[in-house]
Amino acid sequence: MTARLPRPDDLISGMATELRSELPTHPIMIGIHTGGVWVAKRLHQSLDLTTPLGSIDINFYRDDFSRIGLHPQVKASEIPDDIEDRCLILVDDVLQTGRTIRAALNEIFSWGRPAAVQLAILVERSGRELPIQPDVVGARLDLNPSQHIKLLGPDTLEFSVSERPT
Amino acid sequence: MTSSVQFDTNGNLRHFLTIEGLSREALVEILDAAESFISIGERQIRKVPILRGRTLVNLFFEDSTRTRTTFEIAAKRLSADVINLNPARLSTNKGERILDTIRTLEAMHTDIFVIRDNASGTSHLVAKHVPSHVHIVNAGDGRHAHPTQAMLDMFTIRQHKDDFTKLRVAIVGDILHSRVARSQIHALKILGVPDIRVIGPRTLLPTEIEKMGVTPLCELDEGLQDVDVIMMLRLQLERMEGQLIPSAQEYFRQYGLTAERVQRAAPDAVVMHPGPINRGLEIASEVADGKRSLILEQVTNGIAVRMSIMAKLMAGQRGPEEGKE
Repeated sequence: MTARLPRPDDLISGMATELRSELPTHPIMIGIHTGGVWVAKRLHQSLDLTTPLGSIDINFYRDDFSRIGLHPQVKASEIPDDIEDRCLILVDDVLQTGRTIRAALNEIFSWGRPAAVQLAILVERSGRELPIQPDVVGARLDLNPSQHIKLLGPDTLEFSVSERPT
Repeated sequence: MTSSVQFDTNGNLRHFLTIEGLSREALVEILDAAESFISIGERQIRKVPILRGRTLVNLFFEDSTRTRTTFEIAAKRLSADVINLNPARLSTNKGERILDTIRTLEAMHTDIFVIRDNASGTSHLVAKHVPSHVHIVNAGDGRHAHPTQAMLDMFTIRQHKDDFTKLRVAIVGDILHSRVARSQIHALKILGVPDIRVIGPRTLLPTEIEKMGVTPLCELDEGLQDVDVIMMLRLQLERMEGQLIPSAQEYFRQYGLTAERVQRAAPDAVVMHPGPINRGLEIASEVADGKRSLILEQVTNGIAVRMSIMAKLMAGQRGPEEGKE
């Protein structure tokens, strides 16, 4: 039913190549918990970035807090450096509705005003509900709305696709 | 006073009235979330939108500086609108008049009431009468409970000690009048602390306190032996009727925490106090300001812990504009 899934590590090396071609000076890379952090860690390594890697948890900025409440395992965001006037590379595993990225941008702006934010996404799929698009994409996958894709990790990355109960 | 009132029909925490009856998981969840709220204090913009558009009323029938202020800061960091009220104390038909006050404020679309009162059970009474979208937080009711204080104390202990199940804890002073002590004992028991000692003059130890699973002791020097945590209490002179302590000097001589007495505790023991402290009465200045003292950390932690508790109560609540999918 689904075509064979790509290997995340292959996609990441492709993303690294693409990022390297137009890498801003001293960028700060930030992964979104949890899958985005795994991807960011690998990208950070292949790009030999010397600036420390950041991570953010978007739970405080979710637009569905009043419906689903606070995730019991909210992690603290770690922004390692002053982001004022710096170029950021925001990394996540899956882009679908765009709401996570909206929340992540709000979170980032509570830490300061970056010069620019690039969005690097491992897998893009249809279903956008907000006007958000990635700058760098590992792969575009055609999935039914009922299918749910998840990145498993952290040691070995692989995708898992399941039917979402409706 | 256990409180099934504090849960909704799905077993979710709806009000925060007492520690009694809460599960270990619920306490740990609040402490874990508080950990992440700490980081908000370190940002350029110290605010998150979790309670944006919500209104919180601090209703303090009894004076307080730090509790009211930290609730206010906590709510503001969650983006709530905050109103502080300190109505004059009412003597007759008090319960009924408090409910009238609450109904009036409720009509102004208040979402959370933080209530402090000198009568035990006030927030419990209010919780029974508010509609389901209104949440009550007990900020201290008489001698009964002060659950948010106990949670920030647990949070502070956890920052310094690895494992609750190996701790020896001494709670020292005016146990009789202390809502803080009661809430602390419940929280420590739920988190699995095996050795809890309550220490004070016989006149200030409630009868049958050992039924709470603690060891009552009248000798401070004996009680402090090898403890990991010393939790001092404020001598509540305003609640004392009659002669419960001999004199200030005599009380300090027998029960005041001095640097010398701290030596009896474990080498890495920490000293806590909910404040405000009576220097030279229950605690010596050199201890209160000393390097083992966590008193100011407790105050700071109070903000994150109260944010965590309010976020938990408001979780899963639909506002009026969110009724449709």
